[in-house]
Amino acid sequence: MPFPHLNRRQVLAMGGAAFVAGPSGLVVPARAQGLAPTPSMRGGANNYRPGAPIVERIGGGGFTMTGTVRRAGDGRPLPNQRIQIWAHTTEGHERDWHSHGATLTDEDGVFQMDMPQIVPAFGQPHGHLAYDSGDFKTVFLRPVMSSAKDTRLEAHFVLEPA
Amino acid sequence: MTIKAKLRAAIIWGLTVAVPAAALWFAATSPLLAWRDPVYVAAGLAGVVALVLLFLQPLLAAGRLPGLSPYKSRRIHRWTGACVLLAVLIHVAGLWITSPPDVVDVLLFRSPAPFSIWGAVAMWAVFATATLALLRGRLPLRPRMWRRLHTTLALMSVIGTAGHAVQIEGTMETVSKAVLCGLAVGAAFFAVLDLRIWARKPRREPLPLRALKK
Repeated sequence: MPFPHLNRRQVLAMGGAAFVAGPSGLVVPARAQGLAPTPSMRGGANNYRPGAPIVERIGGGGFTMTGTVRRAGDGRPLPNQRIQIWAHTTEGHERDWHSHGATLTDEDGVFQMDMPQIVPAFGQPHGHLAYDSGDFKTVFLRPVMSSAKDTRLEAHFVLEPA
Repeated sequence: MTIKAKLRAAIIWGLTVAVPAAALWFAATSPLLAWRDPVYVAAGLAGVVALVLLFLQPLLAAGRLPGLSPYKSRRIHRWTGACVLLAVLIHVAGLWITSPPDVVDVLLFRSPAPFSIWGAVAMWAVFATATLALLRGRLPLRPRMWRRLHTTLALMSVIGTAGHAVQIEGTMETVSKAVLCGLAVGAAFFAVLDLRIWARKPRREPLPLRALKK
């Protein structure tokens, strides 16, 4: 492979370009694009009850709350993580104990909870979820349903070590 | 009264009664109420009542409801104002009892719900409007300046309340809510223009109640 011949003018131009681009931030080192951790949502922790028990389903069920739990950075699914769920439903207010329950993620980091239908409260049909087991930083989510008629709501966690 | 005036009075009173009545009826029979306890139901309805009263307030202030003398209109305006204040207090207190952290978030302007800031601003505007009304004649303000301040704060209450209500997915039915909010904002601007509040020469001087003919 022939080495390209550079004349003096080209060398000066390249040097000048490098001089300008270097400190300007136009050239950045290649960096692994890690998965960013999920921040807590505003109002996510409202009516949170620490230590809600792990349950098969909340109340009579009929509505599905589902999502995934992954590790920040490499995005590896996190199995066996405890997620707490509560909402204003057809069976109770957010503050009622029987509106709260917890479930564990499976080996793919997926969790799913059967719970009563979420109904609009405080102006929006929304649910609450918490990760608070301590191995990773605590995260509170407050997803809003696009329609009050939905029978399913998703929320995804990306956790960073505590 | 001519037939035209009678018809006009009938239309004005018809709208003034029918739209709030429809909005209240739908809210009071909302299916969502089945899943709310009495305190939450009362809190929500108090909010609807406040919106209805805020629609009436500018019409009473302008004295443009047919058949009501300026004196009577103003007296009702005072009592209606007191009821707005009471309704707002019941609304906020009832919501507080239902879910304290959600109300604290709203009052600290950090709620995730986009409508909450409209409600918080409207609430403070109602408090300020009422305070100014209570201190009428006891402040070093010329009557016209007092009226401009009272009107500005009242406009903020009405616009804030309407903006708050339309964004909420709650017990109010969508169409009757939109019509009521539109009428409330429309009535407020109508009163401002009708009384020529910012004009050098207003339609009516801001007279004290005792100076009005009964």
